[in-house]
Amino acid sequence: MPNRLETYFARLERTRVWKSIFRSGTGSSTLHNALAIQQNLFLHLFSTKVRKRMVSLSATWYLGTLTLGTFFILVGTGVVLMLYYHPSVPQAYSDVKDLRFVVSSGLFLRNLHRWSAHAMVFLAFAHMFRVFYRGAYRAPREFNWVVGVILLLVTLLLSYTGYLLPWDQLAFWAITVGTNISSAVPLVGDKIRFLLLGGHQVNANALLRFYVLHTVILPLSAVLFLAVHFWRIRKDGGLYVRQSEPGNAENPAQPASEEKKQS
Amino acid sequence: MNSTPHPGLDSHEVELDRRKFFTQLGLGSLGVAAAGTLAFYYRYLSPNVLFEPSPIVNVGRTENFPTGSVTLDVDSAIYLVHIAEGFFSLSAICTHLGCMTAWKPELNMIACPCHGSRFNREGKKLAGPAPKPLPWLKLWLSDDGELMVDRSTTIPELQFLRV
Repeated sequence: MPNRLETYFARLERTRVWKSIFRSGTGSSTLHNALAIQQNLFLHLFSTKVRKRMVSLSATWYLGTLTLGTFFILVGTGVVLMLYYHPSVPQAYSDVKDLRFVVSSGLFLRNLHRWSAHAMVFLAFAHMFRVFYRGAYRAPREFNWVVGVILLLVTLLLSYTGYLLPWDQLAFWAITVGTNISSAVPLVGDKIRFLLLGGHQVNANALLRFYVLHTVILPLSAVLFLAVHFWRIRKDGGLYVRQSEPGNAENPAQPASEEKKQS
Repeated sequence: MNSTPHPGLDSHEVELDRRKFFTQLGLGSLGVAAAGTLAFYYRYLSPNVLFEPSPIVNVGRTENFPTGSVTLDVDSAIYLVHIAEGFFSLSAICTHLGCMTAWKPELNMIACPCHGSRFNREGKKLAGPAPKPLPWLKLWLSDDGELMVDRSTTIPELQFLRV
């Protein structure tokens, strides 16, 4: 059976349609393997070759990848939740209740969305602790740390804006308190709160604005910064492993001038 | 490509050649356009019509508030206080986390049920986590002799309305 499957795939790879989609060609040479990564829109952000140590569990505990995984779950469940949820004052709360009690599998999808959201915040923090205590934020990866901080902020904002959408007492008071915090900004604070809520009270405009932020603006900025984040991993010399620490002779990629700057 | 200096001018006196001029002109107009876009969207995002209760409330006639009374209007979340110095109005929203406070006549103070903040009848904080005193609200007498409060406008403390 596996043999037949293999021949089937081999034949598939020779078809004109396959070749038109995957242009790296057939074969298992190093070049073909490299081309398979390089000529794929999604994979070309990553290195064509990595050290084995970089992808071992002990190097990163896969915390960044797991954070990305929760993000994918959140996008998937979030999009289907949108099909039943109306961001309007009379409907929002009962829609969420319907998702729990009426819609088939609604309970599962909503809870998956909720728990993944908690997990994503936890994993993002764990990822940052891991990077911090390993010293992986140091040159030449400083900018990627900054991108990571932006991604943390986007994650927290996603978490916060999603909090209002069930439109219950918990949501209402969380947003009341949170937007009051923003009004503590000197001079423009009240204006920021007004723009955020689209009014002076947590009301219909606020619900709609938080919905748009939660489902469009923040996820798009997350995707944008995620792309930069992954691309920078490659540009900064791959995932951090201990041997690439500055001052270590084993790592020829580290420019000598960097060492001088740091001392 | 090489920009030749104008004859009769020293080369480093020409600080702005044509290329630089057009670059700056282009960047400048882009900057103006960006500022205009920003102002455009700032105005777009600020709603002109709000479907919220009016911040101005009619509290009623002065006779309804005898001297020494502290009256809480639950619907509009304000206090109307009448003491010897005159009338004034306080917001009843606790400055801590936004709960509605209540007047406790037996304690002679305003108390918040959520986290125990206490204020005197002038809104000054006596105890609890509230960071600020209860704000004084703009109060005036309408032409019909009724007390009006603007909940969106705070005034400095101890400005009494004498009738």
